[in-house]
Amino acid sequence: MANRRDFIKISGLGLGGLAISASGLGVYSNLSTSPPQGEGMKLDSTRTPTICEICFWKCAGWVYKNEEGKIWKVVGNDEDQHSNGRFCPRGTGGPGMYYDEDRLTTPKIRTEERGKQVFKDVSWDEAFDYIADKMKAIADEHGPECLALLTHGSGGKYFGNLLKAFGSNNIAAPSYAQCRGPREVAYHTTFGEGVGSPERTDIRDTRCLVLIGSHLGENMHNGQVQEMSDAIDKGAAIITVDPRYSIAASKSKYWLPIKPATDLALLLSWIHVIIEEGWYDKEYVEKYTYGFEQLKAHVKLMTPEWAYGITTLKPELIRESAREMANAAPSVIIHPGRHVTWYGDDTQRSRAMAILNALLGSWGRRGGFYNPETTSVPSWPHPPYPEPTKTWRDAFPGKYNLAYETIASGICDATIPDVNKGCNFKGWIVNGTNLVKTIPDTAKTLEAIQHLELLVVIDTMPMAITGWADVVLPECTYLERYDTIRSSPHRKPSIALRMPAAEPMYNTKPAYWMAKELAKKLDLEEYFSWNSIEEMLDWQFKQVGSSLEEMQRIGVKTFERSYDDLYFAPDEEHEFFTNTGKIELYSTALAAEGFDPLPKYTAHEEPSTGFYRLSYGRAPMHTFGRTANNALLKDLMEENSAWINPKVAGEWGIENGQYIWLENQDGVRSSFPIKARVTERVRWDTVYMVHGFGHTNKNLSRAYGKGASDSELITKVLVDPIMGGTGMRGNFVTFKFESKKEEVES
Amino acid sequence: MRYAMAVDTKKCVGCSDCVVACQTENNVPIGYCRDWVVEITDGTYPQLEIELRSERCNQCDNSPCVRCCPTGASHYSDGGIVLVTANKCIGCGACIQSCPYDARYSHPDGHVDKCTFCIHRIKKGLEPACVSACPTKCMYFGDLDNPKSPVSEILKVRKYKTLIPEAGTDPQLYFLI
Ligand code: SF4
Ligand code: SF4
Ligand code: SF4
Repeated sequence: MANRRDFIKISGLGLGGLAISASGLGVYSNLSTSPPQGEGMKLDSTRTPTICEICFWKCAGWVYKNEEGKIWKVVGNDEDQHSNGRFCPRGTGGPGMYYDEDRLTTPKIRTEERGKQVFKDVSWDEAFDYIADKMKAIADEHGPECLALLTHGSGGKYFGNLLKAFGSNNIAAPSYAQCRGPREVAYHTTFGEGVGSPERTDIRDTRCLVLIGSHLGENMHNGQVQEMSDAIDKGAAIITVDPRYSIAASKSKYWLPIKPATDLALLLSWIHVIIEEGWYDKEYVEKYTYGFEQLKAHVKLMTPEWAYGITTLKPELIRESAREMANAAPSVIIHPGRHVTWYGDDTQRSRAMAILNALLGSWGRRGGFYNPETTSVPSWPHPPYPEPTKTWRDAFPGKYNLAYETIASGICDATIPDVNKGCNFKGWIVNGTNLVKTIPDTAKTLEAIQHLELLVVIDTMPMAITGWADVVLPECTYLERYDTIRSSPHRKPSIALRMPAAEPMYNTKPAYWMAKELAKKLDLEEYFSWNSIEEMLDWQFKQVGSSLEEMQRIGVKTFERSYDDLYFAPDEEHEFFTNTGKIELYSTALAAEGFDPLPKYTAHEEPSTGFYRLSYGRAPMHTFGRTANNALLKDLMEENSAWINPKVAGEWGIENGQYIWLENQDGVRSSFPIKARVTERVRWDTVYMVHGFGHTNKNLSRAYGKGASDSELITKVLVDPIMGGTGMRGNFVTFKFESKKEEVES
Repeated sequence: MRYAMAVDTKKCVGCSDCVVACQTENNVPIGYCRDWVVEITDGTYPQLEIELRSERCNQCDNSPCVRCCPTGASHYSDGGIVLVTANKCIGCGACIQSCPYDARYSHPDGHVDKCTFCIHRIKKGLEPACVSACPTKCMYFGDLDNPKSPVSEILKVRKYKTLIPEAGTDPQLYFLI
């Protein structure tokens, strides 16, 4: 057997070792002075607390400045449970976002048709007048509910307050229906509680971590990656199920190179083995769960041999890995994953994972799932919000009743006019999310946008969505602003502060200021009755036993838990928030809605000859498409590549490093070519790429045209009937060796 | 005193935080680096193995770069750290050629630059920037002459290797395997 060797070097070294343009990069481009070496280098003591905004993990840290008073570096805060004093590469590269010379600099109003990208610079006052007039017109003609907020950023809280004051409840984060929604619904229906963020997984103390398609280490969910490393140190076994040899797989005791789209069959056979062999936690199951007998009967025939035919995984491997989990129980975690919108039956797959956790008794146990605690920080007092007469749900009568949050893609669908929809959207405020990439089926999103009467985009960078906006509001980066207090669930309750380390550059402003100014124009100022953000934050901190002054000094404050209930006490009676008060192996909530109360395996469509399943994931140095233009991070990875198994590459005559185009089952070809990475690390039936590349906005000077976008190739969306999640892994690609003529950029 | 570093290839996830942390800490210009990460995959699907290594100057005890430097700019400092004095360096690049690890680069200011083990930090009792940033805590630093230092402790209990030992440079960067 040929022993292949695949060598990759990840570094800040520009191509061929040549210096690349570094204009605008503040301290790192200051080429006129030698970098201070050895002892010449002074350690600065001026530091201000921050909360990283490069991803949703929200690590707390410190911003240091150099002797000239310029932002120099960002490091973690040792007190912080999200980061334990260590940022991930994206967080460490945060200054690259601040120094990015492609940032949005001033408010703009569109002057020609949407998407043509012709804008005029306006004053903040003009921008707010324009928005307020349109908002009032929409409210008069269609009702204030026809305005929606789509947000994935801290500033969303302030715009949310504005929207609710205005009379709309339609606030959506793509992180729900495009990402973690199915798992939340699955855990709610099983355990009566969601998984939350940061996840309540006790990885630090686990003896067995099971990852189903989750690529920890490549997705840099900081605290979890750190804890996985702690677990490795303590000798925990990792089991990874992935058609790709992920970094996590390379650290695993068992890697199960599964045929994609068959995970549910594997999970059901694991359940079968654990029940039939009597390896489940009998006391726990007896005491806490509902529906064991139904489950047992349901999986009766789902043997490893049955699963083998579907998953291509050897029965012994299925049995052995089940044994490994059972031996570790209850210190075992079937990790719920995070981005789980894959095939449209994602709530059911997540349910099967939740059921496995319940059988092994890991929920509420050390090394399994802990019970998190959050400091509840009161909001600044405001008058009651008006009662909306309709919500996004009216656009989908009788559907998605189990979705606990608003579905971003649903708002998009309900924007395309339809007399049958009880709620049609006329205006969007989009904050910190590049919707044309985050919601699959770009063409549909753009169609919805063309029907809007108002599209306001708030961002720091000229992402593709800004090109379609009527009004673009430039936000200052997280390093230049105060923001909402962080009070997230963790082992101990805590609060954290983000404060400006520098004045906002250009004519940029923080979200809280924009929301308040806009409120003034809409006669809603009473909802923003604080005089300054400092006043509000100080008042809020004082309600929970701190103050702004203290938080400016310490950044993070951790409190003791109010009860010693991180895990269940032995023999604890516990009432779960489900219909039966038990952990529902058999879900009464799903049954009531007419869905399978026990997860079933259904076969998914397979690629036809010459096509390969398109799979995508993360790279540790990038967050979605947000960081592609960050000079510090772009240096580590400036484009994505299409991972192709050598056998497949051989058949097509594709060389490693060759640029190719991908075309999907619907004839959609990538706008830009992508480099082939011919590697043994991927199955022959799968093509893998990292999400977040192939930027089409030319104003992103470093990211434009680098790599290809998976989002544009995801034209087939498999909707989860339970909660409206958008499954994105039912697309297939083939290889092309030239671009489509008509699509060549002018 | 003999400073050394050990990097755990079993825990490293190749995230490259060490590269960015070094870049910001030491004002390394964009497009250059003092440290880098190597990912090597061996085998055929599904029998595979990956080794991840965060590499940098090996701070060799027997450094060809110091030996070949015509001006004495490259020299040994406290604890065996190899440094370049920028204003003595004429940028001839002999050291770059002589280093078997490709650890040195030509700084756009006209001198040669490389990893300093963050001597400015360790003098103050801090860990090197890369070590203190690494999310997986897979790097160990300290004085090999002190049996209690993190690097001494870990080398006692783990198997390790060095890179290109046959070059006879006596490298002080250890990889835990
Ligand atoms: S995980 Fe990384 S990018 Fe995300 S908040 Fe933490 S440091 Fe920032
Ligand atoms: S920071 Fe740590 S885990 Fe990340 S690449 Fe460097 S050594 Fe590896
Ligand atoms: S020790 Fe310091 S100079 Fe050397 S690679 Fe690490 S951060 Fe860079």
